[in-house]
Amino acid sequence: MHVVVIGAGEVGTSIAANLASDHEVVVIDVDAGRTEDLKYQYDVLTITGDGTTSPVQESADVGTADMVIACTDNDQTNLVACGTAKTFGDAFTIARVKSTTYLRTWERDGNAFDVDFMVCTDLLTAENIVRVIGLPAAIDVDPFAGDLVQMAEFEIGAESPVADQTIAEADRFESLTFVGLFRDGEMIIPRGDTRIQPCDRAVVIGSPESVQAFANDIAPDTTPNEAEEIVIVGGSEIGYQTGRLLEERGLSSRLIEQDHDRARWLAEQLPNTVVMEHDATDTAFLTREHVDEADIVVTALDSDERNLLVAVLAKRLGVDRVVAVVDSADYVTVFEEIGIDVAINPRTVTAEEITRFTFESVAENIAVLENDQAEVLELELSDGCALVGRPIQELVEEIDAKFVIGAIVRDRQHVTPRGDTVLQPGDHVIVLVETAFAGSLASMA
Amino acid sequence: MLDSGTIRVRWRASAGLTGDVLVYLTVPLTFPLLVGLYYGESLLPFLVAIATTLALGGGLRQFRDPEADLGPREAFLAVASIWLLVAAVGAVPFLVAGVGTVAHPVNAMFESMSGLTTTGATVLEDFSIHSQSVLMWRQLIQWLGGLGILILATAVLSEIGVGGAQLMESETQTQDLNKLTPRISQTAQLIWGLYLGLTGLAIATYFALGLAVDPQMDLYNAIAHAFTSVSTAGFSPEPLSVGAFHPAIQWAVVPFMIAGSTSFVLMYFAINGEPMRLLKNDEFHFYLGSIAVFAAIVALVLYADPETNYGLEGTVRHAVFNVASIVTTTGYASTDYVLWAPGAKHMLFMGMFLGGMVGSTTCSIKSLRWLVALRAFKRDLFTSIHPESIRPVRNSGKPVDEETIRDIYAYILLSVVIFFLLTVFVVADAERAGARVGEFEAMGAAASTFLNIGPAFGDAGPYGTYTTFPMTTRAVMIVLMWIGRIEIIPVLVLFTKAFWTS
Repeated sequence: MHVVVIGAGEVGTSIAANLASDHEVVVIDVDAGRTEDLKYQYDVLTITGDGTTSPVQESADVGTADMVIACTDNDQTNLVACGTAKTFGDAFTIARVKSTTYLRTWERDGNAFDVDFMVCTDLLTAENIVRVIGLPAAIDVDPFAGDLVQMAEFEIGAESPVADQTIAEADRFESLTFVGLFRDGEMIIPRGDTRIQPCDRAVVIGSPESVQAFANDIAPDTTPNEAEEIVIVGGSEIGYQTGRLLEERGLSSRLIEQDHDRARWLAEQLPNTVVMEHDATDTAFLTREHVDEADIVVTALDSDERNLLVAVLAKRLGVDRVVAVVDSADYVTVFEEIGIDVAINPRTVTAEEITRFTFESVAENIAVLENDQAEVLELELSDGCALVGRPIQELVEEIDAKFVIGAIVRDRQHVTPRGDTVLQPGDHVIVLVETAFAGSLASMA
Repeated sequence: MLDSGTIRVRWRASAGLTGDVLVYLTVPLTFPLLVGLYYGESLLPFLVAIATTLALGGGLRQFRDPEADLGPREAFLAVASIWLLVAAVGAVPFLVAGVGTVAHPVNAMFESMSGLTTTGATVLEDFSIHSQSVLMWRQLIQWLGGLGILILATAVLSEIGVGGAQLMESETQTQDLNKLTPRISQTAQLIWGLYLGLTGLAIATYFALGLAVDPQMDLYNAIAHAFTSVSTAGFSPEPLSVGAFHPAIQWAVVPFMIAGSTSFVLMYFAINGEPMRLLKNDEFHFYLGSIAVFAAIVALVLYADPETNYGLEGTVRHAVFNVASIVTTTGYASTDYVLWAPGAKHMLFMGMFLGGMVGSTTCSIKSLRWLVALRAFKRDLFTSIHPESIRPVRNSGKPVDEETIRDIYAYILLSVVIFFLLTVFVVADAERAGARVGEFEAMGAAASTFLNIGPAFGDAGPYGTYTTFPMTTRAVMIVLMWIGRIEIIPVLVLFTKAFWTS
């Protein structure tokens, strides 16, 4: 595959490093120093110049490229680069943006700005944070269809309320599907009367809210609930999105922001979040507001130094878990070495997302389970493919393989699959399938 | 003397608009004329009134200056003068008819202002001596007052940002629609249509019930009561008010009083396929909830009181009817509540300060202001424990800006202060004139006139009149009904130097 990467910052470099071994990669950057470094580090072709202009793109042979990834630090540059690329040919364009406004605009029809896939750094980071703090009980969590659907795998403890219940009893959530049970290393396709046993591993697919509620059901001790104290420090876009997603999951938090106007704006946007206007490095304030008794503190300030300071302060005051946003990838290990529980780097998260996306073409997104016994695939159904136009029940009877459809995303809306649901072209289907059959199922989409 | 060169209000524009309104007033004045024709009564009161209106309106129109635009200041001046002059013209038929107490100019003006401001406080003593057409004029001027305040609240006040109007505007805001319709005149027309439709429905309902259960509710009474129930005004040509009719009719009046004090903008949306905007509105819940709570308490007090024996249905009906009548600021009565136990009377007195929803014909302080003020107060309690927290006050989910909250606090405070000053004045003036007025009667009368409810307690109760109060008190009440009706600010601002000169 011929891939053109525009922007050789941390994100671009990381993507190039991942793809260089299997693909033909061209990296474009305005900074000669960066392209020079990259050329010697990895097996990639580099071009120094403005990636938004057609002469530079022409020399990178964008016309024959399969994929163009615009991942500079500037939103507009990335959008213009994608627009330019579409004038040469039909390469699949991926743009990285910071602003959620651009993402919402793009989501209106999925083609705006000539971008085929858009990755929003801040939103992605917030989703990551919420997964980390929301589902500590899960062995594995993977987002699908732009985080509209989550797949999660849980080990059922002996003391879990759902142990020894049947699937029908445990599945109390409208938009959640039990897709698989692993017992002693064997995969079982669950039915309504299948009994869940302690030490089983259950795989569920559903909306993030229902997965959160389910986690609360099966592991009430470790999953944060409404009583949990979550404090977000810093009302940056990441801080705001984290608060918003937590509200969606039914968790309320406290958000500390120093700027008055920003704090007011945040308070207006987040009705279930207590917004406080103060300097978060003031220990007297932190103690007065009992931040020391918080279960989780997320630092999302704009500078790494201040994030570090607040994270260390929170740890010293006795907070259980501290999740820090770290802007510079180099500092991630530093943060973790001094005892911060989780350090999340937005650029790493973005690079991972883009890389993951480039691996498969039809199956947009995959997650591998239990030593590759089963895979969870996200399939976009094409017009006239073998899966569309018929109820799921007929498909299951006809196709001779173990697979379960966990969720359908239609027009960016979550649809719960039932036996009589008819799949339509354009649907994104999230399906758990035996690994041996994954290839042939993907080819039917 | 003000030097005309320094006046910064383009008063000619205000005068022109006031003149227009007066000229249009001749159209509704022909209605009592027709009533008089039908009953074979003297037409002179209305012919004189029409002539006066035309002369005054035409005269004011002469001042119109095509160069002068109507800005916020001119709108304040126009609003204040329209309400004052229409009330003055409205008094003419009473004066010309020259019958009973209202033959006196102050009483005539009191009756007319009480009518136009949809108050419903009366100085009529003997209803039987007045002609049908004059009594109908009393009803009609209330209906016009209701219409006027609707147009003022929904179209004009929101433009100049006074009172609760800016809140109501934000209430109706959706992403693509700033107001009901983009233009003032169109908004006014929609509201006008809804008001007319509601009045028609009330006439039909009352008349149909009259045919079925009570011959006293004839077409005349159906029209007369429809006029004053949808305008939450409260005049009745019957000395016993709605109490003169069958219980079924009393029940039927309640929904119309409540509809008249429900936001017309939200009712418009509800009729046009968006009922959730009304049904999920916080103010609507608060408003209906307060009526229910007050009615329940009054019913319990009445039920427990051995002196009142209405039976179960009667107790509930009288509690619901009179609480709704007071809270919606209508001012009808189904029975003489002056005779009730003090507990029930004091609940009614408290109810006077509530009022209905913003954007309706209701008067008083209004539920939205109380709702926002209570929420702001709850918020302030929270921030006193967490001084760093930022917590916007929300109304139906939308944040209310802090300036609006300050305005609301100020409005409530101003209302309460004016109420106290008026109470003290009423007591002092009664003492000076040697009239028998107790403190509770004085408080009731002050609240009832300033907050535009109508009847009070004691001699000024629902079956009494305000003639007990000295002439000076009645004159002051005329002014306060005027101030209270148009949300205080447009009148008070006229008495500031800055309004005229800076």
